[in-house]
Amino acid sequence: MLKQIEGSHAVAEVVAKCRPNVISAYPITPQTHIVEDLASIVGNGELDAEYVNVESEFSAASVVLGASAAGARAYSATTSQGLLLMSEVIYCIAGMRLPIVFTIANRAISAPLSIWNDQQDSMALRDSGWIQLHAEDNQEAADLHIQAFKIAEETHLPVMVCMDGFILTHAFEPVDVPDQKQVDSFLPPFQPTNIVDPRWPRGIGLFADPRFYLETRYILHRAMEKSEKTIKKVSQDFAKTFGRDSGGFIKTYKLKKADVVIISMGSLVGTIKDLIDQLEDEGKKVGLLQICSYRPFPRKEVYNTLKNKMNIVVVEKSISLGRGGILASDVRWSFPRHEKKDRNISSFIAGLGGRNITKNDLRHMVEKVEKEPVELEFLGLKKELIAKKDL
Amino acid sequence: MMNQSAEELNKIEKKDLFGSGHRACGGCGQALAARLVQDASGENTIACVATGCLEVFSSPYPDPAWRVPFLHSLFENASAVASGVEAAYKALKKGPVNIIAQGGDGSTADIGFQSISGMFERGHNVLYVCYDNEAYMNTGVQRSSFTPLGARTTTTPTGNKTRKKNLPLIAADHGIPYVATATVDDFRDLQRKVKTALSIEGPKYIHILAPCPLGWGHPGELTVQVCRLAKDTGLFPIYEIIDGKLTNVRKIQTKVPVQEYLKLQGRFSHLFKKGGSPKVIAEIQEIANQNIERFNL
Amino acid sequence: MIEIRIHGRGGQGNVAAAELMSVAAFKDGKFSQAFPSFGAERVGAPVMAFVRIDDQKIRTREDVQNPDYLIVQDSNLIGSVPVLDGLKPDGLILVNSEKKPEELQLKTTAKVETIPATEIALEIIGRPIPNAIMIGAFCAITGLVSLDAVQEAIMAKFPGRVGENNVAALERAHEIIKKR
Repeated sequence: MLKQIEGSHAVAEVVAKCRPNVISAYPITPQTHIVEDLASIVGNGELDAEYVNVESEFSAASVVLGASAAGARAYSATTSQGLLLMSEVIYCIAGMRLPIVFTIANRAISAPLSIWNDQQDSMALRDSGWIQLHAEDNQEAADLHIQAFKIAEETHLPVMVCMDGFILTHAFEPVDVPDQKQVDSFLPPFQPTNIVDPRWPRGIGLFADPRFYLETRYILHRAMEKSEKTIKKVSQDFAKTFGRDSGGFIKTYKLKKADVVIISMGSLVGTIKDLIDQLEDEGKKVGLLQICSYRPFPRKEVYNTLKNKMNIVVVEKSISLGRGGILASDVRWSFPRHEKKDRNISSFIAGLGGRNITKNDLRHMVEKVEKEPVELEFLGLKKELIAKKDL
Repeated sequence: MMNQSAEELNKIEKKDLFGSGHRACGGCGQALAARLVQDASGENTIACVATGCLEVFSSPYPDPAWRVPFLHSLFENASAVASGVEAAYKALKKGPVNIIAQGGDGSTADIGFQSISGMFERGHNVLYVCYDNEAYMNTGVQRSSFTPLGARTTTTPTGNKTRKKNLPLIAADHGIPYVATATVDDFRDLQRKVKTALSIEGPKYIHILAPCPLGWGHPGELTVQVCRLAKDTGLFPIYEIIDGKLTNVRKIQTKVPVQEYLKLQGRFSHLFKKGGSPKVIAEIQEIANQNIERFNL
Repeated sequence: MIEIRIHGRGGQGNVAAAELMSVAAFKDGKFSQAFPSFGAERVGAPVMAFVRIDDQKIRTREDVQNPDYLIVQDSNLIGSVPVLDGLKPDGLILVNSEKKPEELQLKTTAKVETIPATEIALEIIGRPIPNAIMIGAFCAITGLVSLDAVQEAIMAKFPGRVGENNVAALERAHEIIKKR
């Protein structure tokens, strides 16, 4: 049913319809509305699930790990500090091949403290063996959760659905929340394989000495690579069942004739599309390549789609301190070294700590890269706040 | 050990070391308590504060409300951070200085439980002050392990089903030299306890009931009355435990039934509505009765 | 696309106002987006909320920099917060105030309207939460969202007496403006 609804509420409703058996909850801004809504939904009997109010995010992840290992469909949500606090468990969950789904309400990382949006948090866990999907708007955020459970249970890889904190979680916009029947037809009941159960005794989480550890990482890496097929298929099946496109590996907008291509992910994509249309009216040809699946990284797609594009600018809400743009690095790596082309790939860091990104800011970014490539720049940097010696 | 005169201990200190310019809600129990604590401690204080209402309303860049040194790291590690500050002062042979770790109920009893237990067990010379408003207030009134039985929060919409964790007694069982409980309405008593604690070497714990009008659902003007009733029902016993011995217990002059306390607060209103929960109210009364017996109130 | 920026203090229902307007616009068959911009403090701090209404899907996520309409729920903010920033020269600002528009002496070419929303709220709702009145006045002045749709939105979000009182306040404000 199409409703004008807050992003968090849409996610909570949809997650409930995916019939999780165990939900662990620890509040952290800006994910609070999701866990609060789920508390109500379980509390009033709409969803038959165990809702566990834990004492920290570390336990939130540990509880779903235990639940999933015992055969339950398990879910939690977190962000920023919470995600970092549970990072040990995040790696455990992937290593144990538990098909857990998390919502990450992307938020900046302390210190200094910030409750506002950027993507440093999920970026910090990009190497952990979790599939990471990024939502463009609240419709996609809702849809991706349904796809996430299916992807996770088919690939035996945990999935993070990333949605920009406040910008999406707290935004009211139209979302078609599917009904229970539709979700049930798409997402069958969880059929766990590796579980702790006295009927089929198994050990989960053994230790591996140097003779065995390396291969476990190889297997995980290959599983991530192979999950590409499942991610794409689930997205296509979703479109067939629910009648709309969402998820998948990448999406493009007005790319064919573009002279400059912007690459980004998450909600910023919406602002970029508006700018692209404005520039088109002014006679400029700019296009967008939107990353939906950040892990596994769509290297082939990036290369094949942009083979003939010479001016690419990556704008991201994250940074590897001491190195530069993270998404930019991934994009630069997507083009093989032997290719001797005069391609410019510029890197912009934007929106950290919730800094507002305007169409004007992005317009200046495009104008800059039209003149010359930019190795690394912070969009909208306020030099007046920085001591001379620190510049 | 206690080398201050009764006169000194009972004087109400007002030094404004915390507060001017803070952004707390009107009627905030925690803001008042924090001011009383910092003023009792004086300028020679280092405040190690956990994430939460106190930290958020008092330390935005560029104008924090603190007039003593202030260190904030994360939600769960104020005690560990304070332990580190104390260790540095020891190693560098600096000081003496009053190191006060401070946090709300979540950061003390839940996510910070590991950290405070470690600090107590290792014997650091740090005073820990917990401002207990009985839920995660800064993120929007979600339950904590200090949320009392029956209280409605956003994650316990039908009323909390578990009993309040008793951290003062857990602290005492770590063998620390000083534990005290206090409420925010009795300035003299609160400051006396802070000064007493700071005159003792080793880990100290003070647990302050600090009502949150917004989260508890009562007008700010009733904060004092709410505190009095918390004490007079027996739900929040006031005492000190010095070197493991229970002492200075505040006796209840006239015992008040728990309904009088619960009725004042919106977070308990569902217990009184049609088809309410007399069973829960009876259980809450039972908790009060047990406290009265145990602490001889 | 029409853009609205709401200014107020935490606790005055600024975010709820934005939500109600966006839900009403949706009921009227339009596309709408509403979102808040606030700090971590609970009550009393300045808060902004944004609303966009359009006949097609809204994609941008920036803060509203150049609003067509400004709604100011707390007139005391006008000195301390750059409330007027970016307001379109032919736009409109509605201020919660007992004063007449000229008395506010606002430096703007936009149209200025006032309504004593807090007073009306205290009278009809019993609490100083001005948002229903501000929305009612806004509907009457601009016709951007229909009164019926707002009434439905209020009753859906605040069932029972709270909703009824807010609807009454909404209608009173609408009446007051229409009579001017």
